[in-house]
Amino acid sequence: MSKIHVNSIVNGDPVEFLCEPNETLLDVIRNELQLTGTKEGCGSGDCGACSVTLNDRLVCSCLVLGAEAQGAEIGTIEGVSNKDQLHTIQEKFLEHAALQCGICTPGLIVSAEALLNENPNPSESEVRYYLAGNLCRCTGYDKIIRAVLDAAETMRGAA
Amino acid sequence: MAVVDYKMPQTVDEAIEILASAGNTAKVLAGGTDLIIQSKAQSSPELTVVDVKKIDSMMAAEMTADGLSLGPAMSCAEFTAREDIKAVYPGLVEAAYLIGSTQIQGRASVGGNLCNSSPAADTIPALFVLGARCVIQGPDGERTVAVEDFVTGVAENCMQRGELLKCISVPQPDAGSSDAYLRFIPRTEMDIAVAGAGVSVTVDDSGVCTAARVAIGAVATTALLVPEAASALVGSRFDDTALQAAADASSAASRPITDRRGTAEYRRQVVGVLTKRAAKIAADRAQEK
Repeated sequence: MSKIHVNSIVNGDPVEFLCEPNETLLDVIRNELQLTGTKEGCGSGDCGACSVTLNDRLVCSCLVLGAEAQGAEIGTIEGVSNKDQLHTIQEKFLEHAALQCGICTPGLIVSAEALLNENPNPSESEVRYYLAGNLCRCTGYDKIIRAVLDAAETMRGAA
Repeated sequence: MAVVDYKMPQTVDEAIEILASAGNTAKVLAGGTDLIIQSKAQSSPELTVVDVKKIDSMMAAEMTADGLSLGPAMSCAEFTAREDIKAVYPGLVEAAYLIGSTQIQGRASVGGNLCNSSPAADTIPALFVLGARCVIQGPDGERTVAVEDFVTGVAENCMQRGELLKCISVPQPDAGSSDAYLRFIPRTEMDIAVAGAGVSVTVDDSGVCTAARVAIGAVATTALLVPEAASALVGSRFDDTALQAAADASSAASRPITDRRGTAEYRRQVVGVLTKRAAKIAADRAQEK
């Protein structure tokens, strides 16, 4: 197997990496780029722990090949905050205690940001459907939904 | 994982050349939501993956007076956001919308759903009732296959070595037509159909059904067209008797299995109910136009 040379933009910065044809974008993000905020859960697209944006579309990075990232823009959890200044969604997750073990949290925050970019004023039902691909085995979801709705309201107020 | 080579052709011809020369070990990569999972299995053969997403025509959808020309690899997220397509083929768009989570929608495609050829694929009954045609190109040229002849079995279809599904062509419906697709799953999101039903109807000015197509999914090895259910609707005003006759015809045509998602008996019953409800929705949509 020869390695594939890939150029992409990750969280706004140009990056270059080499990957094997069988490596997923998740493998590349965690192992080559050392961005370990993105988590592996199921590895089969069911749990959403590895959610990232690929050209502004929310995807499971475990179901994308690293080689597919050539020329693409990727957004991970590391790009959500503004350096040390947490994003409103992150602040609201803390405020509402919307996490326990934390494995699902990066994926949920990346997904919630994608949702609020598309729809700044979602109903509770829209939030629940949009985030249905992010599984959390701790919280029972309610606090997550409250946090996202509160973040949406705060962000609309600030806009 | 068994992906040993990754190719990114820029044109359909280039893709065909790679597929033909790599032989049986070459697989077309659209959204990868099935293929990448399959490639991770221990039993997966070594694969050359041919990513067709850099080919513009594979990713585009065009509405013309003749109907829809759909690039098979366009993501469901992009497809379902197209209001111009939804206005003409609401049933096909709602079927595509039912596939997986937001994350899966961002990658999965109608063409991928069709080529993966699962008996429970949501878009397949929806394509059946629209009379969609599959434009397939191979090393020896192009051929067109009716979608109901495309899928031949569980995860099996008519595609030969070296061929690429390059376009899904959906004819422009007659005036007064619409379509609908419904499926049943035990939860509210993110599941695979226990049973599904697609219906397209044409309704005249007096509310009488002049043409219909009915297709059912997840109740046989492939989706099935049910002409008897369609005949039950034609000539009616979608009254309860006609709808029940269509439901009974779908139940009778089904050949379901029992598995952990539901028993055969249950699926047979549910596919009838879905037929009846989808017919009513399609009829209401046709009359609102």
